[in-house]
Amino acid sequence: MFSSIPAAIPRGKTGFLVVLFSLLLLGSILVSLSMGYMKIPIQDIPKIVLGKLVGGGHDQSSMRATYETVLVDIRLPRILTCAAVGAALAVSGVLFQGILLNPLADPYTLGVSAGAAFGASIAIVLNLSSTLVSIPGFAFAGACATLFFVLFLSYSPGSPGGGLSSSNLILSGIIVAAILSAGLSFLKFIADEQVSVIIFWLMGSFASKTWPQFLLVAGVLLVGLLVAVFYARDLNLVSMGDRSAASLGVDVKKVTLILLVTGSMLAAVCVSISGIIGFVGLLVPHMMRFLTGPDNRKLLPISMLTGAVLLLWADTITRAVLPHEIPIGVLTALIGGPVFCWIFKKSRM
Amino acid sequence: MEHIHFFHGDTQVLNNVTCRFSPGRFYAVLGPNGSGKTTLLDLMCGFRIPEKGRVLLGNDPVASLTRRRVAQTIALVSQSYEINFPFLVKEVVMMGRHPHIDRFSRPSHADLCAVQQAMEMTGITHLGNRYITELSGGEKQRCVFARALCQDTPVLLLDEAFSSMDIHHSFHLLGLVKKAVQEDKKTVIAVLHDINLAAGFSHEMVFLKNGQITAMGKTDAVLTQDTIQTVFNVRSKVEYNAYVQAIQAYFKPE
Repeated sequence: MFSSIPAAIPRGKTGFLVVLFSLLLLGSILVSLSMGYMKIPIQDIPKIVLGKLVGGGHDQSSMRATYETVLVDIRLPRILTCAAVGAALAVSGVLFQGILLNPLADPYTLGVSAGAAFGASIAIVLNLSSTLVSIPGFAFAGACATLFFVLFLSYSPGSPGGGLSSSNLILSGIIVAAILSAGLSFLKFIADEQVSVIIFWLMGSFASKTWPQFLLVAGVLLVGLLVAVFYARDLNLVSMGDRSAASLGVDVKKVTLILLVTGSMLAAVCVSISGIIGFVGLLVPHMMRFLTGPDNRKLLPISMLTGAVLLLWADTITRAVLPHEIPIGVLTALIGGPVFCWIFKKSRM
Repeated sequence: MEHIHFFHGDTQVLNNVTCRFSPGRFYAVLGPNGSGKTTLLDLMCGFRIPEKGRVLLGNDPVASLTRRRVAQTIALVSQSYEINFPFLVKEVVMMGRHPHIDRFSRPSHADLCAVQQAMEMTGITHLGNRYITELSGGEKQRCVFARALCQDTPVLLLDEAFSSMDIHHSFHLLGLVKKAVQEDKKTVIAVLHDINLAAGFSHEMVFLKNGQITAMGKTDAVLTQDTIQTVFNVRSKVEYNAYVQAIQAYFKPE
C-alpha cells in the first residue's frame, strides 16, 4: 500500500551526503594546512599537529619546530575559524531564508552587517583599536542593537504572527540598514587617515586569527546549530506561511523570534570576528536546496558543511595561491556574484 | 456539547458576535467582502485574541490552549496558499500530521496511511512527487485541503477553500466533507461566496455584515429574499429546486 509513498525522510541519502561532505571538509583542512608560503608535506601534518596538541615533542629539530609553530599557531586557528565562520553563515542563511519565506534572503537582510560595520567604524574612528577586543566588541554590539531595533520596528502585538511577517521584517531591515550606511559614510568622511582601516575591516579577513576566536565562533555555531535543528521541522512549516504554520500547531511568534535571534547572533559573531563576508549565507543554502530539497532538517547540516568547505577554499586561495592576499569579502563577492547570477538565470528558464 | 465556540467580540471588525457551533453540523458563513468572516475564523483558531469576550473550545478558552493542542482539534484551509519553496506535494500533505508527530520522531505507519488516504480523497495521488510550486491554483488548493484532511481534527474550517477549484472538485470535496460531518460527527465551518453552493451543502447558515450577525439558523429558514437583500443588497428569488434538492437563490441584475 505504501509503495507509492517512500518514507518522508529518506535518511540514507542525507546521511551519505553528511559523511561525504564531512570527509571533504577534513580533506580540505589538511590540504589547506599544507599550502602557503612554506610548503609542508601533507603526510607529515597529522603527525606534527597531533604531536603538538598532545604535547609529546620528542623531535626537536629546528625545521620540525618551525613547522609546528606555523601549523599550530598560525595556520590551524585561521583555517578552523574560517571553516566555522563559513558554516555559521550558511546555517544563518538557511534560517533567514526559511523565516522570511524567501529563498533569496541572507544573514544580512535584517541589517546585522550594517550594524556591525557601524559599530566597528565607531571603534576605529574613536581610536579604540589599540585594545584588541574593542573592534569585534563594538561590531557585535552594533549588530545586536540593530537586530533588536529591527524587531522592535516590525513587532505589532495585534497581528497573528506578532507582526514578525516577512515583509515587515525585510522592510524594517532595509530602512535601518539604509540609515546605518549613511551613518557609516559619515564616519568615513570624518575618519581622515583612519578611513583605510575602516575599509579594510569592512572587506573582511581571516589573517592572524587566534585560537580563542575560533573557540568563540565554534561555540556559538554549536549552540546555533542545536537550536536550529531543534526547530527545523517547525521552520519547514513557517516557510509555508504564518497562517498555515499556526493552523498546523506551530507557535509562529515564538519560533520566528527564537530562530531570528539565533540566525542573527550567528551572523553577528561572524561579522565581528572576520568582517563582512557576503554570498556564503545567500548562495550555499540556495545551491544545497537543489541537492536536498527545501526540508530544513536535511538542508541545515549539508549547508553547514558546504559553507565551511567553500569559505575555507576561498580563504586558501587568497592566502596561498594568489601572489598577494586580497580581502576575503571581496573574493567571495567576486566568485559568488557571478555564480549567483548564473543560478538565478538558470532556475527561471 | 463537545465543541462549543462562544464569541463576544467588541472590536471594529466583529461587533458583539455570539455564536455556538455543535458537532455533526455543516455551517456556511456568508457575507460581503470585509464583513469579518476571516476574522471570525482567526478568532476560533486563536490567531487573534478578542478585545472583549471569549472564545471557548469545548470548555477551555482557546487562548489557554497550546498551539499544538488547538491544531489537534481545529484544521484550517486558508485563503492564501502562496508557497515559495519547492516542497513535494506529499511532503506538504505530510505537514498535516505535524501536530500528531513528536519532535524528532519519524512518521508512523498510521501517519503514512492518513497522508495516502487524504491524497486519494482529494485526487492528488498522481501529483505526489511534483513540486508544489509548479501546480496550478486549484491543484495547490487541493493539496492544502488534503493537508487539512490528514490533520484529522474534529473541527474543520474552510476559508474560501474552493475559490480556485473547478466545479467537479468543489462538489467532490464538499460532498466528502458533508459525509464526514454526518458520519463522524465533525464540525465544518465554511466561508463561502457561492450562496447556492452553500445552500446545497450546509445545515446552517451564518450571515455577517459589518462585523455583526444579521441572520443565523437552519439554512431553509434563514436563506430568504429579505436576508439576501439586507446582507448583499441584491434582489433575488429563493425557492426549492427539485433538481438540486435544496433551496436555491436566483438573482436579478439591477
